[in-house]
Amino acid sequence: MIPFPKFLTPKRLLLALLILLVLAVPLFVTSRYIYHLLIMACIWSMAATSMNLLMGYTGQVNLAHGAFFGIGAYTTGLLMLKFGVNFWLALPAACVVAAFFGFLMGLPSLRTRGSYFAIGTLCFGVIVTVIIDRWDSLTEGQRGLLGIPGPAPIPLPFGAQITFDTMASTYYLILVMLIITVFITHRIVRSLVGRTFRAVRGDEELAGSIGINPFRTKLISFVASTFFAGLAGGLYTSYIGFLSPEISDFHVTFEILIYCMIGGIGTLAGPIIGAIILPVISETLHALAAYRLVAYGVLLTVFIIFIPTGIVGGCKIIWQRLTGSRLTMENR
Amino acid sequence: MALFFQQVLNGIMLGSVYSLVALGLTLIYGILGIPNFAHGALYMLGAYIAFLLVSSAGVNFWLAMIVAMVGLALVGMLIERLVFRPLMEAPHLNSFIAAIGLIFIIENGALIIWGPDFKRFPPIYEQLYHIFGITITLQRIIIVVTAVSLIILMQLFIKKTIIGATIEATAQDRVGTQLVGINVNRVDLITFGLGTALAAAAGALIGPILLVFPSMGGAVILKAFVIIILGGMGSIPGAIVGGVMLGLLESIGGGYITTEYHEVLAFGVLVAVLAIKPTGLFGRQH
Amino acid sequence: MAEADGIKIDNGEQIGMLFETKGLTKHFGGLVAVNDLSFHIEQEEIVSIIGPNGAGKTTVYNLITGLYPVTGGRVSFMNEEVTGLKTFDIARKGISRTFQSTTVFSQDTVFDNVVIGYRLRTRSGIFGAIFGGPLSRAEERESLSKAEEILDFLELSPLRNQIAANIPQEAQKRLSIGIALAAEPKLLLLDEPTGGVNLEEIQNFIGIIKRIRGSGVTVCLIEHKMRMVMDISDRVIVLSHGSKISEGSPGTVSQDEKVIEAYLGPGYAA
Repeated sequence: MIPFPKFLTPKRLLLALLILLVLAVPLFVTSRYIYHLLIMACIWSMAATSMNLLMGYTGQVNLAHGAFFGIGAYTTGLLMLKFGVNFWLALPAACVVAAFFGFLMGLPSLRTRGSYFAIGTLCFGVIVTVIIDRWDSLTEGQRGLLGIPGPAPIPLPFGAQITFDTMASTYYLILVMLIITVFITHRIVRSLVGRTFRAVRGDEELAGSIGINPFRTKLISFVASTFFAGLAGGLYTSYIGFLSPEISDFHVTFEILIYCMIGGIGTLAGPIIGAIILPVISETLHALAAYRLVAYGVLLTVFIIFIPTGIVGGCKIIWQRLTGSRLTMENR
Repeated sequence: MALFFQQVLNGIMLGSVYSLVALGLTLIYGILGIPNFAHGALYMLGAYIAFLLVSSAGVNFWLAMIVAMVGLALVGMLIERLVFRPLMEAPHLNSFIAAIGLIFIIENGALIIWGPDFKRFPPIYEQLYHIFGITITLQRIIIVVTAVSLIILMQLFIKKTIIGATIEATAQDRVGTQLVGINVNRVDLITFGLGTALAAAAGALIGPILLVFPSMGGAVILKAFVIIILGGMGSIPGAIVGGVMLGLLESIGGGYITTEYHEVLAFGVLVAVLAIKPTGLFGRQH
Repeated sequence: MAEADGIKIDNGEQIGMLFETKGLTKHFGGLVAVNDLSFHIEQEEIVSIIGPNGAGKTTVYNLITGLYPVTGGRVSFMNEEVTGLKTFDIARKGISRTFQSTTVFSQDTVFDNVVIGYRLRTRSGIFGAIFGGPLSRAEERESLSKAEEILDFLELSPLRNQIAANIPQEAQKRLSIGIALAAEPKLLLLDEPTGGVNLEEIQNFIGIIKRIRGSGVTVCLIEHKMRMVMDISDRVIVLSHGSKISEGSPGTVSQDEKVIEAYLGPGYAA
């Protein structure tokens, strides 16, 4: 029996409030545009959270993360468009295919370290984009995939069904997926597996000396990371309805990387905060892509030099200075 | 047969440019221990500066190249001082990410200032020569000759001058060099400047052939990395040999195998090599 | 003689040969770092390995724990051949080590540092982490309580919430021992555990090492502080230029001419 007061820590209450808030969004939002922003924020949050699992917690930089987003996206898109597969099968397929390629790529590349690994992943990512671009008999290449349908209705008892034609229903679907992703990531991070990731990130040699297999650990993290990248990609496809090879390229990786870094890597909230704040800011500024990217560049460089732990990390430092407390894994 | 020689010549030309870029990159890596990802963006700036000087101000090509080299050397030193030096103590990941930030700034800055269109150098050294049944423009000969000269000059500089020796010493043992009273900060600055100047030269040289546009650094930097990983990070001969080999591979491979996927030939080779030997072809664990 | 777990039992007394190397050799290119080294360690002994700098002591540890590939020779532990196994497999077999330059997870708290040391004794994986289940919950509890135990044992509890990089050097040394102990080793290899530790604190370390042995863990120690070595060791092995030049009780070894020569140079032997 869990005592009542202990269960409801301030942190949990805040979280519950937050969830209620986001669930209640359709009550006061009617603008299609705002829905679009929210939905995209959720999708990028998923992509950023999955990148953070590998980068922030296990310390490996996968610069092909966008490629796995793209692989997930194209898997769903192709299955639905060319093979008439139901969304509810195509989406898990996206996750599995992305994770499978993650496994294939991780096997050879995770034995390399540091810069070699980062560049190896970069090359792999370029290869993926080029293949998607040139293999146009399958992927339609530059012509892109058009007219990908949205999720099929879910049948309920008594002839009712949940449909996804409205913005609100799409929003709920993607929000639920985000919550699931974050929840699973949270479970992983808090567990012994999460501790193992952090040990490998902290000091691989030391981790090895206490019986941890760094390669296996990194591979597990890699596959988990690409699994959720694929999920984000699949959801993106079915929402936007249109795909082109650029969705797998380096710029996607960069954007997700920036969301993680500015928001705060190695924290659960960081990638989400980054994925919400940055696109919203750039949208509201109505800036041309190039100006936005210059601003991103400045932000990224300044942050990495002065506030490398991002917004969340910066807040934690301020909090610790104010209260003089230290945070262990239990109450982080 | 003539076609083959044409490809080879092309490959050597490309290769010498790649070597220049890779050389600059490996110099910087040897000292700083981090790969400067923004190196390609600086190569691009070198091309633009040379282009602007030649096309708008009618400056002599050689002068333009030298100005580009000096200018970019200064930019490189500024970057070292402002961005990479503060990050020396931080994990390498941070320098990598800072470099990515720099790419964003520089590439998109170029896009804003000069627009996305491909700039064409006014024809300078367009004379054709016919040797052994191959046609070659003077520009291509110039590229190879200049690149080789710069590389030789750089080698001489490293091996024969005191500053060069200092750079080598710092690359080998940073703490030791400090203990004998050498100002490593200054060494870092100079090395960065030198490496960047080489990149600028490469950009200026290849500009007339490949055209000038904001994202031209992207593919080149990746290839430069492939070269120095295969040739050994910090190894000067590795950078030179690797550059030429890559140029030949791309040129001949592109001609005979498949042009569709020839860009990724280099990357595929790298992935394959790293899979078998995770420390690169000649590399030691870094 | 009866045998159980490969440890020989004679007349009801365990005289276990826990660990043994035969002809252990390591070449780095032309340099012979370790040369035909054979020694053994018995259960619940405290064995010290000493020798002048560059004698190859840490290299021996690196060979045993699989950090360096062996050029020649064999290592066996609990009657099992473990030569050339990967580092993490060696740890799983029951050999833990510390490093000469204090190695801890510097960005984590002292408590978190020790918790992860027990990881190799747990089996739960990512699916257990995601879906919960009795195994992962139990193992998590075990890991946390093991950490408490170790912190207590090493008197690190007051520092439990400090970030490892911020605690004093001597505490970091204790912490690195704690991490190694959390893995529940049968053999603990300590590499200069009192490096940088002052004379008062050494007594503390001596107490700790004796307590470790008392808890059933065999200890092998690389040390430079001779008084400590003489005080605490059952046996001493002396290396010089990669070869064993002497072996025996502390008293015997300290009188050995070869040892005196190795440390002080020729002409100093009595």
